[in-house]
Amino acid sequence: MLDYVIGKYNFWIYAVLMMIGLYAMMGKKNLVKKLIGMNIFQSAIILFYISTGVKTGGATVPILMGHAQEHGHQAIDVAGYLNPLPHVLMLTAIVVSIATTGVALAIIILIYRRYNTLEENEILKIRKDTGV
Amino acid sequence: MIWQLDLILCIFVIICAIAAITIKDLLAAVIILGAYSFFMCLLWTEMGAVDVAFTEASVGAGVGTVLFIAAVSKTKRRSKD
Repeated sequence: MLDYVIGKYNFWIYAVLMMIGLYAMMGKKNLVKKLIGMNIFQSAIILFYISTGVKTGGATVPILMGHAQEHGHQAIDVAGYLNPLPHVLMLTAIVVSIATTGVALAIIILIYRRYNTLEENEILKIRKDTGV
Repeated sequence: MIWQLDLILCIFVIICAIAAITIKDLLAAVIILGAYSFFMCLLWTEMGAVDVAFTEASVGAGVGTVLFIAAVSKTKRRSKD
């Protein structure tokens, strides 16, 4: 049981990072700090998916070794290569995360131009005082 | 996958994440987030996900940090928490 817990330490680190990001998104008042928390949250999830593709026992990067043309009809030894499916999925996730970050930063700049502050409680107070 | 290197990189990643959300200077927090992204990229190289690692190094750490620095320079640098 202890061996099982320690052997999967990558998943524990993933959970800790995800909770750090969630705390920053919910507990911090500054909008840029919330966005930094969202970035940490997203890369924690990517870390989880990459960790599921890892194989122990000498598995290498999924590039076909040897003479693929000559032995094309033979079965490929799957245990010798890492699982490339989570890698490909997470490539898309990285690009999506940078796109959402760009849109959020644009919205933050617009909020700063209108309210002249980035603190969430001050923005809510200004909105309440002016009755908007 | 070398588990000693993996563990050291994981500890560095957690230290960078905690530092990025506790520091009050927003520009410093953004630079630490860039360092976090580079440690994450090293971690993925070490796990064998080379394509994900160089996408993260160019897009996540490079373009992301540039976007954050541009936004912080357009707005306020100080944070209250």
